[in-house]
Amino acid sequence: MATDHGCPVPGARAALLLLADGRFPAGGHAHSGGAEAAVAEGRLRDAGTLAEFCRGRLHTTGLVAAALAAAATSGADPLGLDDAADARTPSAAQRAVSRRLGRQLLRAARAVWPAPALDDLAAARPRGVHQPVVLGLTAASAGLLPLDAAYAAAYDCVSTPASAAVRLLGLDPFQAAAVLAALAAEVDSVAEEAEGAGRRALREGPAALPAGSAPLLDLGAEAHAGWAVRLFAS
Amino acid sequence: MHRDGPEVFPERYTASVEVGERALRVGLGGPVGSGKTATVAALCRALRATVSIGVVTNDIYTREDADFLLREAVLPAERIVAVETGACPHTAIRDDISANLEAVEELEEAVGPLDLVLVESGGDNLTATFSRGLVDAQVFVIDVAGGDDIPRKGGPGVTTADLLVVNKIDLAPYVGADLERMAVDAAAQRGALPVLFTAVKQPGGIDPVAAWVGDRLAAWRAVRT
Repeated sequence: MATDHGCPVPGARAALLLLADGRFPAGGHAHSGGAEAAVAEGRLRDAGTLAEFCRGRLHTTGLVAAALAAAATSGADPLGLDDAADARTPSAAQRAVSRRLGRQLLRAARAVWPAPALDDLAAARPRGVHQPVVLGLTAASAGLLPLDAAYAAAYDCVSTPASAAVRLLGLDPFQAAAVLAALAAEVDSVAEEAEGAGRRALREGPAALPAGSAPLLDLGAEAHAGWAVRLFAS
Repeated sequence: MHRDGPEVFPERYTASVEVGERALRVGLGGPVGSGKTATVAALCRALRATVSIGVVTNDIYTREDADFLLREAVLPAERIVAVETGACPHTAIRDDISANLEAVEELEEAVGPLDLVLVESGGDNLTATFSRGLVDAQVFVIDVAGGDDIPRKGGPGVTTADLLVVNKIDLAPYVGADLERMAVDAAAQRGALPVLFTAVKQPGGIDPVAAWVGDRLAAWRAVRT
């Protein structure tokens, strides 16, 4: 486990790179983070609109996910956090996707960073727990700190639509990477805010977690789930 | 408040499952249009009377292959599931097998116990192979119309698949494919690994492939007993 004075255990920094790597085999590659629906609606067209899309996602659902993850890493009850994630995810399609991705991450995490807490979570919620909650517990199992988990969640929230946009739009991959680089300072601030929220949630309960939402993402997710033909699962 | 069912989801990843405790998983890969779905359909028809089968399809665009199998009524609908691959079919069968593992396990939970699960890849290139974490054996399907130089070109699918099927040999005269050359090239690439030349849509065309799968099933069951 991580030590309490902010200094991760040996190997923790590399573990964070592994966890945040888009190639970590936890099912994320088949999801666009809402980008496919936004492309179809004409809201996501190029590097500029990708940056706006990612920024909107980061400060709404991204902050919520990062706070849930940080709270889970710091030891808040994962089942309570799972309920809190339900309450903060108005779209039924998104709730289903989040649980499915949580289940897939849990499978990978149990193989990569085995820990009793992960086994207990799988036994308690066999149909899956929301992905950010699993991410937080995975981070703890990897010896990471709550802030690390918040970073992984916040970065995932912008990197998923960015890599999907490269495939969907034929977007220049250098431009997509530049969009992510330009968002780095905002990822920092969201991760830090999320860590604080996670600490409050540990003290005061899950009601202290942020509840930002993005109605267009919710509507897009609902519509996308009903498409007959699509490239991405969400 | 949760909609979680009472059943326990299989939490383990494939490698930790005892051999013989689950269905044999056979992957079918190969280039676009070589006859993967036709092979799956013919295998289901040939084996379904004696073997309990499920099918997982991987499409670039959601459910095309699954819908074809449903229209052909090769299996009851609940035994066929489609995995969405996010524009990268090879990733879903090799680099990140999460969604496919889930689909296989959910199939076994819903309609099991199964003897055999066929995992069909989306049409892909010659480098696409299945992870050993997902399938126990893999079949690579190419066809004579795709060019008789494919065995010579090699690639992981051609060289390492447990079975190489060269399909549509009935078309060889029309596309100028040299079957003997293909056989020599395939043998050079594959050594002792088997190669079957057939046309799976012709009467009896699936029989050698079905026999090969039958042998794998017998070996799989032998471990269990």
